[in-house]
Amino acid sequence: MSTIDALSVHDLSFQYNATEILSDISFHLQVGDYLGIVGPNGSGKSTLIKLTLGLLLPSKGVIKIFGTKTADFVDWHKIGYLPQRINSFNPHFPATVREVVALGLLSTKSNPRRITKNDEKAINNVLELTEILDIKNKLIGELSGGQQQRVLIARALINEPALLILDEPTTALDPEAREKFFSTLKDLNEHKKVTVIIITHDIGTIGKYASRLLYLDKQVVFYGGFDDFCESNDMASYFGEYSQHIICHRHD
Amino acid sequence: MAGSFIAILCATLGTFLVLRRFSLIGDGLAHVTFGGVAVGLFLNVYPIYAAVPVAMISSLGILKLVEKARVYGDAAIGIVSSLGIACGILLASVSGGFNIDLFSYLFGNILAISNAEVISSIFLSLILMSVIWYYYHELLSITFDEESARASGIKTKTINGILVLLTSLTVVLAMRVVGIMLISSLLILPPVTALQIARGFKMTIVIASVSGVLSIILGIFFSLVFDLPSGATIVILNFLLFVCSFVYGRLLVK
Repeated sequence: MSTIDALSVHDLSFQYNATEILSDISFHLQVGDYLGIVGPNGSGKSTLIKLTLGLLLPSKGVIKIFGTKTADFVDWHKIGYLPQRINSFNPHFPATVREVVALGLLSTKSNPRRITKNDEKAINNVLELTEILDIKNKLIGELSGGQQQRVLIARALINEPALLILDEPTTALDPEAREKFFSTLKDLNEHKKVTVIIITHDIGTIGKYASRLLYLDKQVVFYGGFDDFCESNDMASYFGEYSQHIICHRHD
Repeated sequence: MAGSFIAILCATLGTFLVLRRFSLIGDGLAHVTFGGVAVGLFLNVYPIYAAVPVAMISSLGILKLVEKARVYGDAAIGIVSSLGIACGILLASVSGGFNIDLFSYLFGNILAISNAEVISSIFLSLILMSVIWYYYHELLSITFDEESARASGIKTKTINGILVLLTSLTVVLAMRVVGIMLISSLLILPPVTALQIARGFKMTIVIASVSGVLSIILGIFFSLVFDLPSGATIVILNFLLFVCSFVYGRLLVK
């Protein structure tokens, strides 16, 4: 019996002002996979995510989310997206934590999209999960960077998405919060079969949690399971001399 | 009465515009409206009938310039705005006969609005407010983070289009209250006043609306009592409310 991939990317290329940002990217993710995307700055990681979400249009190739081309995809409530926090919003925006998190519910609604009293339970649950229920009525601009990041994480999680796409989600979190965050993700991935795609520079941590790795540098340098990656001899050329120990030891 | 409805409309819409850093679109569209009024006077039709389509087309033109021509928002507003004024001046110069009429639109006079205009202003304000209510969460979402809004399936281009069209219609409505030269004050000052003290997005809109209405009522009162131009008085009061709110906001922080 054939199963639908959570994400399939076929022969994808993207150019901006005649500069090739991504070329000939192909890979696919099954439901329940946990993919870490790594690569140097400017390697096209965030661009790949934006193409996946239809925020940019590819120069060539096809992306399908749960079997549907991005352009035709309508079930956006199945996707939880966390953009890179920097520049994603005005830090002095006069919205409360509750108001921001509630925005995540809009993809489940049709016009006129209203947040009702029935939605309060979902809002409170996700605030509890991300441990920010106590700051529900604070303005987002009054929070620390780590708290703001948790608010955006809560917004991404509120619909209990089937596919979570996270662009450097732990940059503003302290080590304890980071560990807790990855543990929550692992729990969602293992018990609710949520497919996770995470861009990160934290190769040590991602080695501990992700099941697959995509090493990107404008094209696919490596794509596969962590075991294959750790058995390959190219590790040092990707991440430096001690990378094998950092990534693969923790993965064991 | 009509002024209060328009003040609430301007304050609500202005909150989205200010936070999107698109405040000056009101100013730009007001200048375009000047061209539209001139077209109406030139063609001898009711100026507002000419100003509405001109302002609407111009608002979409600003959006297209930003999207397609890789022009920054402020530059796009500047282009369309100066074009509107240039057309207005040219038409005024060619016809040479409607300077007094044009002057009344430039500086407005809420006390000279006819009963028919009052009723149509209230009616139109209610329609525009209903559209904002209908799209409230989409507007909030694109204002907070447009990229995430798109990723959650919101048609951001459509919502942006609705926002600028609403702005163009609001500008035309507000033209009779404070005049073309001062419209942007009704769109910018009440939201900025509210931002100093509000604790939540809805509260920002409520405080901005109260501030806008207060400035209109007090403005009319002072202009009647002291025989002052109503538009300018309303703007000065708006600024004073902003100063009070700023000081109160700083005291709250301390």
